[in-house]
Amino acid sequence: MLRDITLGQYYQTESVIHRLDPRVKLVGTICYIISLFVVNNVWGYLVAALFLALMIHLSNVPFKFMVKGMKAIVFLLLITVIFNMFLTPGEALISFWKLTITKEGLRLAIMMAIRLSFLIVGSSVMTLTTTPNNLTDGMEKLMNPLRKIKVPVHEIAMMMSIALRFIPILLEETDKIMKAQIARGADFESGNIIKKAKAMVPLLVPLFISAFRRANDLAMAMEARCYRGGDGRTKMKPLVYKKADRIGYLVLSIYFIVCLSIGKICEILMGMILGIMMSVG
Amino acid sequence: MSLILDHVNHIYGEDTNLAVAALRDINLVIPDGQFIGLIGHTGSGKSTLVQHLNGLLQPTSGSIYFNGQDISDKDFNKKELRSKVGLVFQYPEHQLFEVTVFQDVCFGPKNLGLSQKDVEIRAYNALKQAGVKEEQFYQSPFDLSGGQKRRVAIAGVLAMQPEVLILDEPTAGLDPKGRDEILGQIKKLQKETGITVILVSHSMEDVAEYVDRIIVMNKGAVMFDDVPKEVFKHYEALEEIGLAAPQVTYIVNRLKKEGVPVDTNVTTIAEAKDAILKVFKEGFSPC
Repeated sequence: MLRDITLGQYYQTESVIHRLDPRVKLVGTICYIISLFVVNNVWGYLVAALFLALMIHLSNVPFKFMVKGMKAIVFLLLITVIFNMFLTPGEALISFWKLTITKEGLRLAIMMAIRLSFLIVGSSVMTLTTTPNNLTDGMEKLMNPLRKIKVPVHEIAMMMSIALRFIPILLEETDKIMKAQIARGADFESGNIIKKAKAMVPLLVPLFISAFRRANDLAMAMEARCYRGGDGRTKMKPLVYKKADRIGYLVLSIYFIVCLSIGKICEILMGMILGIMMSVG
Repeated sequence: MSLILDHVNHIYGEDTNLAVAALRDINLVIPDGQFIGLIGHTGSGKSTLVQHLNGLLQPTSGSIYFNGQDISDKDFNKKELRSKVGLVFQYPEHQLFEVTVFQDVCFGPKNLGLSQKDVEIRAYNALKQAGVKEEQFYQSPFDLSGGQKRRVAIAGVLAMQPEVLILDEPTAGLDPKGRDEILGQIKKLQKETGITVILVSHSMEDVAEYVDRIIVMNKGAVMFDDVPKEVFKHYEALEEIGLAAPQVTYIVNRLKKEGVPVDTNVTTIAEAKDAILKVFKEGFSPC
């Protein structure tokens, strides 16, 4: 029942994307997200979609898994679309009662929907192909320069990795407690919102207790192994860039440049075609 | 009142590349009033199996019948099934949440929609049956010891007054004394009320004394299904799948091998003692 959440879940398989250095994937995801929000024309989105499709294809992860992550944001997506559609001022398209759908609004709504869904699927590609440990390793390495200005980079990365590590554990625990309470006749599905909220108490109390117990155990285990923060700590498998990673960065820069300039290129091309047609005509 | 499993299969993560067949072609009949031990190594599918029995998991293929009704039918009343088939999970103390022990045990019957009075009567009886002391009734369940918490959690399921009680490793993490107490209590309960009990365990030693029938699971399939004496005869096969027969089985078999005419058909320490003493009474002398 709770297995539908794929954000932050790793999908074990063998692929080029899986083998990439986590730093490449992190930078790539950030670039991709930036590109989504900078681009404002159809051609750019087309390039973004093609790039995403290529990455999904290369990652060997079934497309189903990517879409599963979307389920969690369907609601958010709907709200965004509706608000944008009705509340953007501009040329009226359809209007009924007190609501008006404007042309600008529709455009903005579609754009936001595309941005959000690409964003989720794009970051799913990263989380599905990178183990949480690798991901936080990459993050630590990327943020390393910040240590000069006294940012506790290692601690942040460690907290991240523990938090990510706990997601599946707590999900499993939730599943277990939920089943145990259902076995005692609990009903989590029916009833109005207040009843549903009340029904969560038998689930949340044991869950919190178990989370604290686990946190306590983990802290003890870390201390018992002499963990004392990042200073002087070495890695068993330090991250090293390989040839594939350099190619990855190259592909990424090409994508970034193409994606941002394609609007201009198309404009110029269209202009040229139009010009030629005009002169011919 | 019986449970019938007909060619039940269950596959976890069916459409991923991590698909695991947890149950393979399980066929079982569980009649009324039996005390059954469900034994298997970690990962043999026993927990998966018991979750099918009260409809928490659906079989990937095959059917389960409760009193002649298919429980995966759309119009089947799952809630009623769950009140009739009580399932006590592993480490059930992790499900406690109420302010007092008594209120926690009330949770189950309350969900059945009973009147306040009936709920309290059931909770009181269940706590008594599980062997919780009265002075603990109004304590916070989180202040109790591990063994006590577990009794409260078992009482929480007993209060539903199930016809079939399933306990998934009820003795995990308990000391030998706590283990014997809980198992003794369950046996007593089963004798008094005549309910069906399914005891899931990975230890033969635990169940040998109490059960009428043992079902051995291995890699998701039923390997043996018989009375304890018969199952323990296969102690060598059991060892191969990482289980072991009770220690007395080894002792008597070893004695037999060394030429002592002892009856190897024993399962408990008491029976073994009698069998060995009998040999000496009949005038056997070593050397």
